[in-house]
Amino acid sequence: MERWVYPVTSLRPEDVEQKRVCTTRTPLRGEYAWDAGVAVGRFLTELKAGRLIGRRCRACGRVMIPPRMFCEQCFRPTDEWVPLADTGTVITFSVCTISWDMRRLEVPEVPAVIAIDGASPGMGIMHKLGEVGRTLEEILDRVRIGMRVQAVWKPAGEREGAITDIRYFRPLED
Amino acid sequence: MAGRRVAIVGAGMTKFVRRALETGQELAWEAASKALESCEMTLDQIDAVVLGSAPDAFDGVHMKVEYLSPGAGAWGKPTIRGYVGGGTGVFAAIQGWYHIASGMFDTVLVVCEEKMSSCHPHPQAAFNYIFDHTLERPLGPNLLWIFALEMNAYMTKYGLTKRDIAMVAVKNKRNAADHPAAQLGDPHITIEDVLNSEVLAWPVQRLDVSPTSDGAVAIVMAAEHIARRVTNKPVWVEGVGWSLDTQYWTNRDLSYPTYVEEAARKAYAMAGIREPRKEIHIVEPYDPFDYKELHHLEGLLLADRGKAAELIALGIANRDGDMPVTPSGGLLGVGNPIAAAGLMKVAEIFWQLRGEAGKRQVPGQPRRGLAQAWGDLMQVGTVIILGI
Repeated sequence: MERWVYPVTSLRPEDVEQKRVCTTRTPLRGEYAWDAGVAVGRFLTELKAGRLIGRRCRACGRVMIPPRMFCEQCFRPTDEWVPLADTGTVITFSVCTISWDMRRLEVPEVPAVIAIDGASPGMGIMHKLGEVGRTLEEILDRVRIGMRVQAVWKPAGEREGAITDIRYFRPLED
Repeated sequence: MAGRRVAIVGAGMTKFVRRALETGQELAWEAASKALESCEMTLDQIDAVVLGSAPDAFDGVHMKVEYLSPGAGAWGKPTIRGYVGGGTGVFAAIQGWYHIASGMFDTVLVVCEEKMSSCHPHPQAAFNYIFDHTLERPLGPNLLWIFALEMNAYMTKYGLTKRDIAMVAVKNKRNAADHPAAQLGDPHITIEDVLNSEVLAWPVQRLDVSPTSDGAVAIVMAAEHIARRVTNKPVWVEGVGWSLDTQYWTNRDLSYPTYVEEAARKAYAMAGIREPRKEIHIVEPYDPFDYKELHHLEGLLLADRGKAAELIALGIANRDGDMPVTPSGGLLGVGNPIAAAGLMKVAEIFWQLRGEAGKRQVPGQPRRGLAQAWGDLMQVGTVIILGI
C-alpha cells in the first residue's frame, strides 16, 4: 500500500517563522447573542433567585436538569417545574492544568459533572468544584467520585441569571 | 443484507503531518487521485462523490466541502457532505455504501480531508464551540474536559489504573512505526513514557491523546458488477450501523458508550454475525484517546464491560494476537486529521483483508474486519464491517 501514500510537504514552525513559505493570517470575528429559550430562560431566572429547578415528564417520570420543554425520550411536552436542591453528588471530575490554548494554569481547574438532588438519578450538570486544594496532588487527595457537594452562590446583588451565578460547588460537610 | 452488494475496490491517502504545505484541496486531490490510480480507474468512471470533513471552524472556510470539491473530483457530479464530527470518516464510507446499495449509483469516490493546522493559536479553539452556549461555555471549558470526565468515570467504575490504559497508547504508537503515513509512530515507546508525560487534564496526560493533524484519505466503492471487473480482490461491505445518543451528555452514563453498541448491533445483524468475538478477525476502533479504544471495544461487544484492558495486557490485541486491535497504529500513532482518520481505519481494514498491509500485515489471512468511529458531543457511533 506504500505506493498509494502521498508523502506531503511537512512544515516545521521555523519554516513559517523564517518566511521560507508564504502564509496569510487574518482573524475572523463573529459576535453572537444567544437567546436562552423557554426552558433554560426560566432556569436562568431561578438561578438569579438562588434556586435550581428541573422539569418533569409524567410519561417516563424523569425529572430533568438542564430542564427542557419536551422530553427527548417520550417525544412529548414535559409537564411541570420541579424545585431541586442546590446539593448533589460528583458523578465524575477532572483536574485541568492547561487552558484551551495549551498554556499552563497556575491553579488547576476542577470541572465536574454533578448529579443534582431532586432530579432523577444520573441527571447532572457540568460545573466546577472549589475549596478542594490548589495543586494536582492536593485536589486528587480531596476529591472523589461519589463525593457530596453544595453550590456556592454569588451574593444576590451580583447574580445576573447565568450559570456562573453559582461560583462553584464545594464539598458538603456531613 | 439490504440493497445491492457493494465493495471497496481502491484506497489512497496522504501522509498525516502536524502542518502540511498543501491546502485542503491539494490534500484531497492527492488522496483521491491515489485511490483512483490504485484500482486503475479514472474520474469519468465515477458516478457520485461523498466528501467528509469535520468542523468548518478548523479551516475558517464556511461550506468547506464546496471549497474542497475541485480537489475531490466533485466537479459536475452529484456530491454530498456527511458530517457527524469525529464519526465522519466511517460515516462517509456508510454513505458511499447506501448511494450504491440503493441502486442510485454504480461507483462512488469517498474523500475525507482535514487540515486542522490553519486554526490558531491551537485547533482546540474550534472545539470550544461544541459546548452549550448558555449553560457550559460561560464556565470556560476546553475539549479535554469532556474526555477527562469520561475517562475518570470509566476508570473509576471498573477500578482501572492509568497503567492499564497506557498500554493502548504504547501498542498503537508502536504499530504506527510500520505505517508509511504515520505522524507519531515510535517503536521504542514505553508505558513509563506515557505515565510520565505532562498532565493536561487529569487523568488525561500528553501521550494519552492523539495529535492534531493535516491529511486526507480516499476510497473507491463500486456495485458488484463493476467491482468484479475492476479487481480480483474486492472487499465487500457486509454490515453498517450508526446511532446517536442524547445531546444532554451530563445526563448519560459516561462509563459506557451505548451509542456504539446500538450501531454495532445494527451492523452485526446486517452482516449475520451472532458471535462477534469469533467472527470479527481484526478491529479498528476509534482511538483519539487511549481509553477510548477500550471503551469502544466494550461498546462493540468485543470485550466484557470493564475488561477490554485485558485484551491489551494479554497480547490478544497485538498484531499477532487472536484479535488484532488497531494494527494501523490508529489516531494515537498514525495521527488524527478528524474525518480522514476515520476513513484511514476503513482503508486499513481494506488493505489488511487484501493482504497488502506490508509490515503491518496481520498473519492468518483475516477474512473479516470492523472499523468504528465516534464523535459529535461524545454521542455518535458509526460502524462498518468489511469482508472478503
